[in-house]
Amino acid sequence: MIEPFLIRAIIAGIGVAIITGAIGCFVVWRRMAYFGDSLAHSALLGVALGLVLGISTNLGTMIICSVFAILLIWLQQKKVLATDTLLGILAHAALSIGMVTLSLLERSVDLHSYLFGDILAVTNHEIYLIIFGGIFVLIFLFFNWSSFVLTTINEKLAKSEGLNTLFNQLLIMLLMTIVVAVSFRIVGLLLITSMLIIPAATARQVANSPEVMAIVSSILGIFAVMLGIYLSLHFDTPSGPSIVVASVVIFISILFFTFLRKN
Amino acid sequence: MPSLIEAKGLDVNKQGKEILKDVSISVNKNDFITIIGPNGAGKSVLLECLMGTFSPDRGEINKKDNILIGYIPQNFNPDNSMPISVERFLMLRKKFTGEELKIISDETNILSILSKKLSNLSGGELQRVLLARSLLGNPELLILDEPAQNLDIKNQLNFYNLLNEIYQKRDISILMVSHDLHMVMASTKQVICLYHHICCSGEPQAVAKDPEFITLFGNDMAKMMSVYQHTHDHSHDENLND
Repeated sequence: MIEPFLIRAIIAGIGVAIITGAIGCFVVWRRMAYFGDSLAHSALLGVALGLVLGISTNLGTMIICSVFAILLIWLQQKKVLATDTLLGILAHAALSIGMVTLSLLERSVDLHSYLFGDILAVTNHEIYLIIFGGIFVLIFLFFNWSSFVLTTINEKLAKSEGLNTLFNQLLIMLLMTIVVAVSFRIVGLLLITSMLIIPAATARQVANSPEVMAIVSSILGIFAVMLGIYLSLHFDTPSGPSIVVASVVIFISILFFTFLRKN
Repeated sequence: MPSLIEAKGLDVNKQGKEILKDVSISVNKNDFITIIGPNGAGKSVLLECLMGTFSPDRGEINKKDNILIGYIPQNFNPDNSMPISVERFLMLRKKFTGEELKIISDETNILSILSKKLSNLSGGELQRVLLARSLLGNPELLILDEPAQNLDIKNQLNFYNLLNEIYQKRDISILMVSHDLHMVMASTKQVICLYHHICCSGEPQAVAKDPEFITLFGNDMAKMMSVYQHTHDHSHDENLND
């Protein structure tokens, strides 16, 4: 008989792997890795906001991450500073304010589980969030797929064909915030970017079209989560880092095999 | 006959700098217009205004109803991180029949590279693919922003020959920004010299003699243009005598 906590972990893991795999392709194509990382850092302020206001920490995260994304696009349009400088300022400001706020709270907070995740302690409430958030993200991706891909290939070309590229860009960022908000409890804020990037980068080695890359990326993510959970249980290692280790192992193996096949 | 696109008195300011000042331009059926001008003269902005992807601060733009415009952007560099074939790229957000794809691929000579990855194409191949995409749906007007910028001389010539062929064969107008004026002398009918405002415009040989053109581009460019124009005139005369 499989333990209920393990079933919850597997369902949550599969859900997170599917959405991070798909949206992760855009992170790779659009070179948004640093944005993803910054978004995750700012999520800690969201956690603090959630605890202060007494609302769900996922909701707090979603609010803060969305504000973060909109603020970033606005500052980018104003051309105040280079994007990576802006990201660094915003992310670390949010992270630090979040940490300070958490330390001022009267109650003890398991900071470690926020930073590195704890898939084995995932609750039913969090699973519902992953499923609803995930379906929402996938539906948006599905219906805007061609527009998103064309905008990613060349913004001017997309614009000339009547697409609102700024809106598309914002939409991709907001979808990313949802993904981060519903899945950061699984691998943690510090490691969520790896779930976005590693499966997508692995899929890039074998895929021959954008669609195939997204699907393969999700499937590889599922493998990584399964392997990670197994490693975590078997060796009693932290679950978030174990999942990342598993996905790195998959990445290196596939890289190695494609290298061998080419030569 | 009404114009395909007509712009009157366009003003564009960006960060306190005057990019376009009182620019008026009209593109009619079967026009082949080349816009020249130094870097930062506002050429790309003018194209964007005409296409409606950038709103000018002042001025009005009128387009023929339901006009379809094909466009090739400047500096198109597909990123290697996305695996996408030429055929899939052509199909993105476009609806066309296999027949149409075959005709246009044949016309632009890309039939043999349809299954190649977009990021693996040579410069010349990539420009032909962009040309093919801009022709899908049978547009009345092509707008090209320095289409041969990153090509070597041989590929530049090939590209402009292909463009000229398409212009001759199809019922199409072309508006292009190009620095390779000596290459398009034979086909372009009208040259507009832009430096924030329209300095001069007219037939290539007339523009080459314009004092404002000579100030902007120097005597050498003017001489080069008249040399090419001369050979063109010569063959033209022979044709008349035949």
